[in-house]
Amino acid sequence: MTAADVRRTPLDAVHRALGARMVAFAGYEMPIRYTSELEEHRTVRSAVGLFDLSHMGEIGLAGPDALAFARFALVSDPGTLELGQAQYSMLCAPDGGVLDDVIVYRTDPGYLVVCNAANRDAVVSHLAALLAGAELDVEVEDRSDRTALIAPQGPRAAELLAGLTDVDPGAIGTYRSALGQVADVPCLVARTGYTGEDGFELFCAAQDAQRLWEAVFQAGGRFGLLPCGLASRDTLRLEAGMPLYGNELGRDVNPYEANLGRVVKLDKGDFVGRGALADIQRQGPRRRLVGLVMQDEGIARHGYPVVEAAGAGPPTDIGVVTSGSFSPTLGQRIAMALIRSDAAEIGRGAAVMIRDRPCRAEQVKLPFYRRPRPTEERTT
Amino acid sequence: MTLPDDRRYSREHEWIRPEDGEGVIGLTRFAVDELGDIVYVELPAVGVTLTQFASFGVVESVKAVSDLFAPVSGAVVAVNEELRTRPELLNSDPHDGGWICRIRVADPAELDALLEAPAYAELVGSE
Repeated sequence: MTAADVRRTPLDAVHRALGARMVAFAGYEMPIRYTSELEEHRTVRSAVGLFDLSHMGEIGLAGPDALAFARFALVSDPGTLELGQAQYSMLCAPDGGVLDDVIVYRTDPGYLVVCNAANRDAVVSHLAALLAGAELDVEVEDRSDRTALIAPQGPRAAELLAGLTDVDPGAIGTYRSALGQVADVPCLVARTGYTGEDGFELFCAAQDAQRLWEAVFQAGGRFGLLPCGLASRDTLRLEAGMPLYGNELGRDVNPYEANLGRVVKLDKGDFVGRGALADIQRQGPRRRLVGLVMQDEGIARHGYPVVEAAGAGPPTDIGVVTSGSFSPTLGQRIAMALIRSDAAEIGRGAAVMIRDRPCRAEQVKLPFYRRPRPTEERTT
Repeated sequence: MTLPDDRRYSREHEWIRPEDGEGVIGLTRFAVDELGDIVYVELPAVGVTLTQFASFGVVESVKAVSDLFAPVSGAVVAVNEELRTRPELLNSDPHDGGWICRIRVADPAELDALLEAPAYAELVGSE
């Protein structure tokens, strides 16, 4: 890729003015951190952090057959969604491998599919190809370039937004959304995120992104807001046990292996991948995604082999680390790994080959981190 | 960037401060700023002999794993034990409190292969 091909979000100049360190990610230049990724991580857990996620793909499905098409293309059942509600889902290939993981929103009209930036072009072509062979009246529209996405995430996000918008952010349920004005910018205000914390994702027109960011940033000062980059986003989602496409998910991983069987609705009628997924569900996946907490020194990283815990002979391969880092919240070194189903068991030992040395780890239940229950439950 | 001029710098971003036949080794501020928050340091064992420009340890930040390369050859006489519990010292004080190890310099002539502060500043300014 040449420099001319690099995509920039509408907030590029804002990030640079804030002193962000920019890295290439999914064809974009994105902030990896502004100051310290550990501080950014802790701020999201304790106060509120602000992310630019404008690189994500937004694909609209419209037309009389939008629902029928969404039900055919996705493994979940968007037919159960109420207006404004969102659902975690995946697009699978006919063999059950994951093409992308997405959030689908029921909007008025149609559906909005939010996909990973790196997969955007592939998802758009995949949907177009599916549509070409079907007698369905659906319009697939890639709105990514004209849509910005800004995410205030953290326990104080609702409080922060409340002062900026005509909708009551506290009244939007988890995985629900509402249309409203935030700082006089028309937004889809969604209570979704990828941090394991309460928080929001604000979709707006690209030309309004800077105005929206600056308003949230200014108002966030008294809530302890920090701008946050991709490094903290990755450690936050890792602690929350959330999969990242390219790590836990990929063309060679199926939803059952990634513990996402609950997302697949085999009984909703025909959809892409159904036959293969039904077989996998019946037979049980060959591998499973597990959590690892390192007992020996060292950090397990993406791609490192996982072997049986110390035995007499040479180490037996049982899998591979999909993501690993230091957990700022737990103060431990954690990882996720895809390992052979017969070796996957909570409480059982394993070892990760770190620089050719087996380092002991314990298999633990995912997620590593679950946010504390809110002290006051809303009745509505 | 202000760089201490009491030491030499390698192109791999380590520094060595000579002291009476010994040398204190660390990572430059440029290197730690590139890495981000450092969360783990694999230190060499005392007594081990380092070879110039060969890897002798590892630093890991939240996002990256990076080898440490010996600026000159020599036997390790001390390591900064504090880094085991406070690896963040490498970020906050890379040129002093975040030192990594002290070695007995095997051949002072090897220092000639390293850069003085202005040359190193020029190197990282262009990266």
